[in-house]
Amino acid sequence: MKSSPTPVPAAASPAPEGLTLEDRTNLLRYMLLMRRIEERGLSLYRQGKVPGSFFDGRGQEAIPAGSAFALAPRDRLCITCRDLAAHLIRGVTPRRVFAQVMGLADGITAGKDGNVHFADPALGCVSMTSMLPDMMPVTCGLGLAAKTHAEDRVALTYHGDGATSNGTWHEAMNFAAVLRLPCIFILENNQFAYSTANDTQFRVHPLARAEAYGMTGVTVDGNDVEAVFAVTREAVERARAGEGPTLIGAETMRMHGHGAHDDMRYVPPELLERWAVRDPIALQTERLRALDVDVDALTAEVQAYVDAELALALQSRPPDPATALDGVFAELQPERLGDGNAPWSRYGGTVMGRA
Amino acid sequence: MPEAVQAAPATAAPAAEISYLEAITRALREEMERDERVLLLGEDIGIYGGAFDATDGLLERFGPARVLDMPLAEAAIVGASIGLAVEGLRPVAELQFADFVANGFDQLVNVAAKMHYRQRQAVPLVLRLPCGGGFSGGPFHSQNPEAWLMQAPGLKVVAPSTPADAYGLLTAAIRDPNPVVFMEHKRLYRAARGPLPEGGHVVEIGRARIARAGDDLTLVTYGAMVQLALDATAALDASIELIDVRSLVPLDLDTIATSVAKTSKVLVLTEATRSAGAGAEISALIAEHCFEQLDAPVRRLTAPDVPIPFSPPLERAVLPQAEDVAEACRGLLAY
Repeated sequence: MKSSPTPVPAAASPAPEGLTLEDRTNLLRYMLLMRRIEERGLSLYRQGKVPGSFFDGRGQEAIPAGSAFALAPRDRLCITCRDLAAHLIRGVTPRRVFAQVMGLADGITAGKDGNVHFADPALGCVSMTSMLPDMMPVTCGLGLAAKTHAEDRVALTYHGDGATSNGTWHEAMNFAAVLRLPCIFILENNQFAYSTANDTQFRVHPLARAEAYGMTGVTVDGNDVEAVFAVTREAVERARAGEGPTLIGAETMRMHGHGAHDDMRYVPPELLERWAVRDPIALQTERLRALDVDVDALTAEVQAYVDAELALALQSRPPDPATALDGVFAELQPERLGDGNAPWSRYGGTVMGRA
Repeated sequence: MPEAVQAAPATAAPAAEISYLEAITRALREEMERDERVLLLGEDIGIYGGAFDATDGLLERFGPARVLDMPLAEAAIVGASIGLAVEGLRPVAELQFADFVANGFDQLVNVAAKMHYRQRQAVPLVLRLPCGGGFSGGPFHSQNPEAWLMQAPGLKVVAPSTPADAYGLLTAAIRDPNPVVFMEHKRLYRAARGPLPEGGHVVEIGRARIARAGDDLTLVTYGAMVQLALDATAALDASIELIDVRSLVPLDLDTIATSVAKTSKVLVLTEATRSAGAGAEISALIAEHCFEQLDAPVRRLTAPDVPIPFSPPLERAVLPQAEDVAEACRGLLAY
């Protein structure tokens, strides 16, 4: 495993198969969207407008952006707390995210849950819980449902390095392998589980366990959005071909604290400096500039869009206290999960915030 | 599993009667025939037919895509059931013993139970939990953990005592849009026999049943304690109304309160341990809602707060026995 980054000349790397220049630009777009939303969210938190704490994925944007971009509308996701870009790719608008983190009525959970604990079932997603890796067994169920329905869907979920110590991780890894489920598990090794470093978390890198469970394991530079796209695309193709699950180990660094309340006193400053030069947005920017893409215009477009969405979210009202008792039980038979947006040119979905 | 369970003698009964276990199997089979979305998952439920034979013959009838033998992994079984449920299927998962729900607890109480409240996403799954003691199952095969589950808003919890209710409540549970925990008492599997109403019998979840009408005392119970209480009070020189609550969440307070208004005395009986249990909740509700009607303190008869011991004399000392029920009734009647 890599505990520190290896600089690579990103501009020199060839485009992964299947990506047009517009796709490569959209990968950057979704990372910029995520970062802008989270920067504005952090400001809201500091202004006292976000109850609880605020959780972001700064430095990890390439992982949700690159992986979710490789999925078809029919595929399923359980998205976790550092993966906002995956929600955006599926079609969750920034205004709903802002209302969600502020606990307002227009948030995706209408104030019932906070921060990134949400999903839009209509977009093929199942909401995370705080306990990680709880979504891995659920993802197994989504994969098993695809097999049962004889539908060509894959199910993808994320987890961190800390989650690999938990028994549920092992149950799900084994379960998915035994049943040869069309599942993709993405390990975001951001080096720290809250304050606990890798060397306190495991003796053997979790990716090395993939083979022992009987599934494909692939490691990837988690700060290279195109590399993440490429390995996810391959994992999707394996799953669709009936070749079972994949564990993708994406090496990255959590550049902020566990939450906004966390000052990261336990992270050596030089480690942050080493990773800062490998910022995923800077890497993709460098690549696209070499191809004469106007990244400044893209950045300005994204910022204007996010800021306008925030203005709309700020008009949302707090939830009515009477609704606190609503919805413990379902009265109606459920709808199945819906299909989501897929902006990859292969599928031709909507691209968020395009002027 | 302990031999004593399988060796429980089947009592001679008219041909029209079926056992509690047969009622469960029949409900599963008929719902699977009626609705192709229903599928079963659990440990040893396929080739072996389940630790207690509840799924006997269903693999042959419905095939391995609908009767799935799972690795020994309760969190994965419950979690996978959630994924199946949101994808339009109707999973019925069996955990081999109710005690093992501890291993799948997080998926049940944190993922499944809260999903609709948080996300308006219904999770229609059934978790079958073979529960209860009385056969030297020991501390890990004898528990009645319904109180753990009653503490998790979003779960429905049912506990039938008769074959008809086992069939009707399991059918209702499979059709319900929520996660439903089905507490099936192991001692009843072969010991409880009775008629099954014809024609798609469904028991509404949340409705108690008057197992026997009476005027002098209300005895509230469920599961295996229902038959024990019927037997224990048959010879008493008093008219005892016996309520089988059948559904712990939601609980039918109206039926209980109506009875208490008539009898003014209540005994709440559970096989489960005492503190913060189903009996405690029922007692508190009666105290809150029926205080003016009571002529005596609400009494609880439960297992004490100890693990369920293995050795027969110890287990008998812990689980409520018929003579304990009769004694508690006599005490209340004399109050």
